[in-house]
Amino acid sequence: MSGVGDLGVERWTPRAAVFVAAALAVLGGLAFGPALFSAAITERLSALFIYVILAVMWNVLAGYGGLVSVGQQAFFGLGAYVAVRLSAAGISVYPALLLAALVVGGLALPIGEVMLRLSGGEFAIGMWVVAELAHLLVNLDPLVQGETGTSLIALDAFGAAARRADTYWAALAAMAFLLALVFLMLRGRLGTALQAIRDDDVAAASIGVRVLATKRVVFVLAAAGAALAGALWLATAITFQPHAYFSVQWTAYMIFMTLVGGLGTFEGPVLGAVLFFIVETAFGASGVWYLVGLGAAALGFALFAPRGVWGAFAARFSPRLLPLGYHVVLPAGLVPALGKKGEEQA
Amino acid sequence: MIFLNQILQGIFLGAYYALIACSLSFLFGVMRIINLAHGSFIVVAAFLLFVLADRFGLPPWLGLILVVPVMAALGWVLQVLVLERSLKGGLLVPLLSTFGLAIVIDNLLFEGFGADTRSLAPAIGDLAFASWTLSDDVTIGQLDAIILLAAIVVLGGLQLFLAQTRLGRAIRATAEAPDIVGLIGIDARAVYGFATAIAIALAAIAGAFLGLRATFNPYSGGMQLLFAFEAVVIGGFGSLWGTLIGGIVLGVAQTLGAFINPHGFLIAGHGFFLAVLIARLYLPPLAERLRRRGRKAVAA
Amino acid sequence: MPLLTVEGLEARHGLLRAVRGVDLALDEGETLALVGANGAGKTTLLRTIAGAHRASAGRIGFDSADITALPAHRRVPLGIALVPEGRQLFTGMTVEENLLVAAGRGRPGRWTMATVLDAFPQLRPKFKARAGDLSGGQQQATAIARALMTNPRLLLLDEVSLGLSPVAVDQLYVSLQTLLGGGATVVLVEQDLGRALRVASRVVCLLEGRVTYAGAARETTRERVMEAYFGMTGGR
Repeated sequence: MSGVGDLGVERWTPRAAVFVAAALAVLGGLAFGPALFSAAITERLSALFIYVILAVMWNVLAGYGGLVSVGQQAFFGLGAYVAVRLSAAGISVYPALLLAALVVGGLALPIGEVMLRLSGGEFAIGMWVVAELAHLLVNLDPLVQGETGTSLIALDAFGAAARRADTYWAALAAMAFLLALVFLMLRGRLGTALQAIRDDDVAAASIGVRVLATKRVVFVLAAAGAALAGALWLATAITFQPHAYFSVQWTAYMIFMTLVGGLGTFEGPVLGAVLFFIVETAFGASGVWYLVGLGAAALGFALFAPRGVWGAFAARFSPRLLPLGYHVVLPAGLVPALGKKGEEQA
Repeated sequence: MIFLNQILQGIFLGAYYALIACSLSFLFGVMRIINLAHGSFIVVAAFLLFVLADRFGLPPWLGLILVVPVMAALGWVLQVLVLERSLKGGLLVPLLSTFGLAIVIDNLLFEGFGADTRSLAPAIGDLAFASWTLSDDVTIGQLDAIILLAAIVVLGGLQLFLAQTRLGRAIRATAEAPDIVGLIGIDARAVYGFATAIAIALAAIAGAFLGLRATFNPYSGGMQLLFAFEAVVIGGFGSLWGTLIGGIVLGVAQTLGAFINPHGFLIAGHGFFLAVLIARLYLPPLAERLRRRGRKAVAA
Repeated sequence: MPLLTVEGLEARHGLLRAVRGVDLALDEGETLALVGANGAGKTTLLRTIAGAHRASAGRIGFDSADITALPAHRRVPLGIALVPEGRQLFTGMTVEENLLVAAGRGRPGRWTMATVLDAFPQLRPKFKARAGDLSGGQQQATAIARALMTNPRLLLLDEVSLGLSPVAVDQLYVSLQTLLGGGATVVLVEQDLGRALRVASRVVCLLEGRVTYAGAARETTRERVMEAYFGMTGGR
């Protein structure tokens, strides 16, 4: 804390401390899920955790990096594919999921090297091309047998209940880890750099922010995260049919969750994933109209509420539930309107 | 000779790509927006033509007389309801909104027409497969020749329109300096409306050829967007004739890819596109030259 | 009945009040020189009159109509044209196209491609050249010619000699003099006070968005304007 006179800067508000403690308690409680919930609920919650990962990772890319990609299904699909491959090579299943994410993160490095040079819209569709190419190349693998696909046979070694619980824990742990990682990233120097880039990358470069290097970190993290989600999805679904994993629909889900929740906020994508989960649970069976609704919601939020549900909520109530950003603490008597400026971020 | 024939077929395919790409490139040149729903509009036009042919027996050539104005009107609506607001929202919003729109359109088409694959070829009878045989291995489809001709007419017409007409000049002026044109009496919003209407009307023509030379279903839009985008990037963004070159290069890469391996068609196309990107990255002088050419072409 | 009346006009850049309560009236055929230091609000005032900048308060009347709420492109047909600071040509288009794009968008009148080229003969040899390839003086001539193509009743000229060589400025003012002699109504922003006093019939000085001096050019001394320029006398 550095202050001049009564003017100070704070991150941890008492409310934030309570909220973080509560969030940790919820995560801790969820760890007992398989013991408490029915098989069906356990499976659905595993899916929810994966949605949260997808939303948070897409938000890291677009909300913080300013990079809209419509090709993140590339990494989702590759994550599942590499997991299948590693498992077939004899690596035990759950470590293979994690390893797959790391391998895909490594693959993302050269991909980003090329794609990050593209400007906005070119990057967006360029990534879709990457996803299509990845899909086609995976189809060539004899193990995958084209669109016939394959499955994660090694999972058969586990009993149904054990498999369900292990996958649940894996998804929960992955989600918690990635949330913590993004949280710490935003609090650190990278977070400040990201914010500068998001606001104006030319200006950010001029004050010494290494724009390309920062975007590279974001790109690789988002890729590895999406890959982990893909590998976890494989663990819930067992079968690997390439077109189901390399579908642009995954990106549509990511965009829906992030936009509706709140692009560029930490809490927004989590909220968006929960909303998506509820909507899917309620309407998922009605197929096409459900997808029309998702697209329309993304369109509507992009046009009329680009800060999403959380953004609108935060703008009105400034809940400061998380110790992110800095809040200027003004001595009593100073213009209150100025005080609000401090929390514009996140 | 078989090889020559492959290249020839690639050129014709490239002409089709130029047709689907020119409006994407045009709209980007005017408004700096990449319309992610571009392919979906092409498919909408194809379905409209399909309905006219299937229900009312109207051949696609005549159908276009109805469909082009309808699509132009849709383009105007697109501008007023979506793009205008998106433009004010910064760099990300146009991408997000048009992507959302593409999902809406694709799934509405699916709701209306189901998953069946359609074609407009039956509506033009023998022309769909009639061809001239130049030698044992080299044939030219008559429809292909029409597509090449159409591409040249459309690109040339667009060029002429932008250079010679009052609206064309207003569009170019607005593309260059949207904040200034008001001072000489041009309503930039109306110009954007016209430009989007023209772009979507061109997408209708592309939709006709999509249906005539191949099959389509409600989800074909994504691929059309990708092919159009690849042609535009290879040819240099904003350059109309570059789009034709880019389309042809892409088409030739795909047909040669298919010639080498049965799965090679798409892989070669996407791979070639990425190779072009990488080449630009590591051959910066070349990239600079291409970019300069691209800029000039937007202006000219 | 003045051609242009500005009453209590206010215009902002965000929180900054660039124009604060300006009143002006301009008769047909008058030339008004708008002077003042950098940041005094001259450009914002011109842009607000042209409709390129929104008025936050006050009223702009043109030929008895209230045009305060009209966007710029709808003021052009009424007869208002602004030659913006920095010329702002369509640099990728030729001189001819720059003129053509403005043709027929204002009012009918004496300015056509032919008469405009008569007024700016230096443009004839450059007619088919890209505007971006012209010299500064030629670009400025093109910018004024482009505005004239709309046949304005009121021409607003913002810093037309900015960044030009003395020779180019002289040449430009030769053309402007014939224009002004022809009875045009003009508001011009000009840094060169001597030149402003020579060509204008009236002078208005702005300081921090307010009018600090207004008077007939004939009765205005350099010293009097300098005082108003730097705020050495308050109000008027």
